[in-house]
Amino acid sequence: MKNEGKAIKYGHNIDTDVIIPARHLNTSDPEELAKHCMEDIDKDFAAKVRKNDVIVAGKNFGCGSSREHAPIAIKASGIGCVIAESFARIFYRNAINIGLPIIECPEAAMDIQDGDQIIVDFETGEITNVTRQKTYKGNAFPGFIQEIMAADGLINYVKKTLNQ
Amino acid sequence: MGMTMTQKILARHAGLDYVEPGQLILVDVDMMLGNDITAPIAIKEFEKIGVDRVFDVNKIALVPDHFVPNKDIKSAEQAKMMRDFAKKMGIVNYFEVGQMGVEHALLPEKGLVVPGDVVIGADSHTCTYGALGAFSTGVGSTDLAAGMASGKAWFKVPEAIIFVLKNKPGKWVSGKDIILHIIGLIGVDGALYKSMEFTGDGISYLSMDDRFTIANMAIEAGGKNGIFPVDEKTIEYVKAHSTKPYEVFEADEDAVYSKVYEIDLSEVKPTVSFPHLPENTRTIDEVGDIRIDQVVIGSCTNGRMEDLRIAASILKGRKVHPDVRCIIIPATQEIWKQAMQEGLFDIFIDAGAVVSTPTCGPCLGGYMGILAKGERAVSTTNRNFVGRMGHTESEVYLASPAVAAASAVAGKIAGPDEI
Repeated sequence: MKNEGKAIKYGHNIDTDVIIPARHLNTSDPEELAKHCMEDIDKDFAAKVRKNDVIVAGKNFGCGSSREHAPIAIKASGIGCVIAESFARIFYRNAINIGLPIIECPEAAMDIQDGDQIIVDFETGEITNVTRQKTYKGNAFPGFIQEIMAADGLINYVKKTLNQ
Repeated sequence: MGMTMTQKILARHAGLDYVEPGQLILVDVDMMLGNDITAPIAIKEFEKIGVDRVFDVNKIALVPDHFVPNKDIKSAEQAKMMRDFAKKMGIVNYFEVGQMGVEHALLPEKGLVVPGDVVIGADSHTCTYGALGAFSTGVGSTDLAAGMASGKAWFKVPEAIIFVLKNKPGKWVSGKDIILHIIGLIGVDGALYKSMEFTGDGISYLSMDDRFTIANMAIEAGGKNGIFPVDEKTIEYVKAHSTKPYEVFEADEDAVYSKVYEIDLSEVKPTVSFPHLPENTRTIDEVGDIRIDQVVIGSCTNGRMEDLRIAASILKGRKVHPDVRCIIIPATQEIWKQAMQEGLFDIFIDAGAVVSTPTCGPCLGGYMGILAKGERAVSTTNRNFVGRMGHTESEVYLASPAVAAASAVAGKIAGPDEI
């Protein structure tokens, strides 16, 4: 599986409070959450994001609150993948559990510029920067996580194991 | 090769003799937690699994605390969804308004977590219970949903960092100052994916409330969990609050730590985190002249009995500065009642502060103290991100209850010795 889209670039320590501010947590409707995604650091995000665009960020992306509303808002806004130097661990789990593809790749995260055209191959972890004609090697998911992804998220995975 | 406390607890709950960092394991969970923000998503996901009951009605705690008492119609709908689910499933540990408190103060107080437990919670500050010598960590709503159905959670066994706490902390130096000092030292991703294990003779000087505060903010350094060894104070606390059987785990002498930090508690000063990251710390003598509009004393970090007593000792016979709103939020009903009986409310009200019913409220910018553009707050809460307590151009300064109370009187950030 591959994803191709334009890079939207952010810095380090993008916390879940700016990904989706708590004032919008009185709902869990993905479309409603997507309208407010990133608005506290990038008020144009909802208007400019196109389907399959790629968020590229620095260290510790998704730090702070455990709110699953954060990856849900990002996914519902159309983002096809998040590439970061590193992810906060609860965000990392949540993204896997709800099926938002994420890849840790410091080299790509540092090199890619806002607006670059990016192709991500989820099976190999290879990231191609079409604009700059470069490739970077990201970390593919370990086996156990791939099983969860193959089952299309944790809920289906549990459903399958409970039936066994 | 020896194991850390975290490794030992995880190994026992995975049914294994030994686990090593990086290993993926499936563990049995002793207690799992959801709140009025995270449980609604978990309930929707749980219903997709297609089971008609939860794995154990005694091992799930549902606590409406973030936007409860309901702040608006949408919040009321979310609280109702959780209430209806709790009733339908026969969840024993559902705490209605009147019994509820801020979840991470409430669960230990109700005796629902004891040493050696594995706890997951759909709230990042679930790491608080490490103070009791339990492995506890924040997860998302889908993890909670899967856990409620299966009783299990998956983990990657973390590497560990050890913090050797030495000597006795000085006057006015609390658990909050110690953890802010540590976060300032290692950064907001300094313990990313790792367990933070505390040890050393300094721990004997820390109350359980101090330890809860320190473990609570492990997540603010990116930690998976923060964990304290079990000593007499822990056992005394557990016996006073719980009848659950518990098991004491100790790290092996040859346990492996990826980093060792020695912290001399006698040298730690009252510490304040400046906007907009908890790692932006300054000691109280370095803060300069920062005028403030609001003080919040409360939350899962610092809304416990000792926090209120320290605040009261400073506010007694003094007045909150006329330009400051001082909002005090006891974390649970039990704490509320105790504070009332000790006469702390007379002190707070005479000083010109307000006392709220238990709620997370302003900590995450929910309600009960939202900041306008350009306003500044000193808060005993745990995060000072952009827009955390209100307008994106407002500012939150994190501090201990002592510094917060002193700042309320001074009208600017101040230490207790300055007023």
